[in-house]
Amino acid sequence: MVTRKFGALILEYVRRMGAMGVFFLKTLLYTFAPPLKISRCLKQIQFIGFQSILLIALTGGFSGMVLGFQGFYSLSRFGSDAFLGPMVGLALIKELGPVIAALMVTGRAGSAIAAEIGIMRISEQIDALELMGLNPYRYLMVPNLIAAIICMPLLTALFDVVGIFGGYLIGGKLLGVGAGTYYGEMAHYVEISDVLEGVYKSLSFGVIIAWVCCFKGYYSGIYTGFGSEGVSKATTQAVVMSSVLILVWDYFMTSILF
Amino acid sequence: MIKIDKLQKSFDGHDVLKGISFEVGKGQVFALVGGSGGGKSVLLKHVAGLMKPDHGSVMVDGTKINGSGQKSLRIFRERLGFLFQGGALFDSLNVFENVAFPLKEKSKLGRNLIREKVMKELENVGLKGSEHRYPSQISGGMVKRAALARALVEDPEIMLFDEPTTGLDPVTGQSILKLIDACHQRLSFTGIIVTHEIPKVFAIVDRVIMLHKGLVRLEGTPADFMESRDPVIQAFLSG
Repeated sequence: MVTRKFGALILEYVRRMGAMGVFFLKTLLYTFAPPLKISRCLKQIQFIGFQSILLIALTGGFSGMVLGFQGFYSLSRFGSDAFLGPMVGLALIKELGPVIAALMVTGRAGSAIAAEIGIMRISEQIDALELMGLNPYRYLMVPNLIAAIICMPLLTALFDVVGIFGGYLIGGKLLGVGAGTYYGEMAHYVEISDVLEGVYKSLSFGVIIAWVCCFKGYYSGIYTGFGSEGVSKATTQAVVMSSVLILVWDYFMTSILF
Repeated sequence: MIKIDKLQKSFDGHDVLKGISFEVGKGQVFALVGGSGGGKSVLLKHVAGLMKPDHGSVMVDGTKINGSGQKSLRIFRERLGFLFQGGALFDSLNVFENVAFPLKEKSKLGRNLIREKVMKELENVGLKGSEHRYPSQISGGMVKRAALARALVEDPEIMLFDEPTTGLDPVTGQSILKLIDACHQRLSFTGIIVTHEIPKVFAIVDRVIMLHKGLVRLEGTPADFMESRDPVIQAFLSG
């Protein structure tokens, strides 16, 4: 009995993973098959990108300031405080920038995307789209995917820049590391491959956010129960799953690709 | 025009439709009645191609709808209008944008022509003056009217109505039924109305199908239904 239940559970998970895979492939297919809904894409770029600027700048700034403090006290123990710039720069550009920016966007925009699509699902708005002969993937998923792919590297870049400046405010202005040392050493040690690593990561995180959040919203009522409770569960699952996948994928990208 | 043949559907081992068959002729309007949970809305969703049957088929003008390719389904839906129970208006768009949506997305009409057509449709359903209001700002009856305008704006040949009067007061419900009848007179669509509005709906339909426990219990004219001595129908009529 227990074995049967366990087997059924495993099969259900495999089925859902398959559904997620098919969902992603369909979204990808309609991304490259015209016509592209440009106005919807611009609207989502405004929502995911523009509206996240303040949040990203704020979190980026404080992350950089914390790094400035921690980095300075750690490095000064070894008499290496001159390397504060490279340390802050590399940590932000390669790792913290893409990851924290993606987690912030997941919390702010990803949850809203899942909830919006979920509500459209339970109020039959997605069925209405289909019955009008219009493709829901083209209207709901593709614009979010494109917007996330465009916005994530830009938001990550903003996070990095503000974070590096935040690190300088603490390290340079407060703790006495010169601007020349801070930025000069950073320019010396941070290479273009490091920047590209951050770009690749942020691109893939954008895909993860759009994919998971759209999927959870689209299938709310089917996989997460009915009504507003179903949408609530779908939104929670979207944020949790995206965040976990971002961290797991970050590990794999760091360990295998770089 | 619409032929439903031995349609069967079950959910989690529970049979909802157990072999439904009937035909709706061109220009005819059918009422689909029956108890709650009797499979009426499920049947309607099969006709719209939103669900796939376990067995049986839905044919429109000889073309199979369920299980057919995306292309034939798309062609069928070009001819279809569907009024959802809750209206299914896009809540981020106002009434005008909702009604204009299918025209904007699918037709090559210019902005002025679309505006003209939408305003005419809104006037037909009595919503002129409410075009800038959002679905959350209007009453249930107005939502149904707006949804009807959206469904009719492309002059569909087939109209499916999923409980168009549910949740409305008797006067508003009656006005929606009259509106459906007026639209039918104007557009001569083929229609199926899922409803509990008995006997009010009988004034605007040609035939009635009564579903009971997943089967067709009666198919006939409204008069046949009213005169039936079937105890199930009698119980249904007496409420």
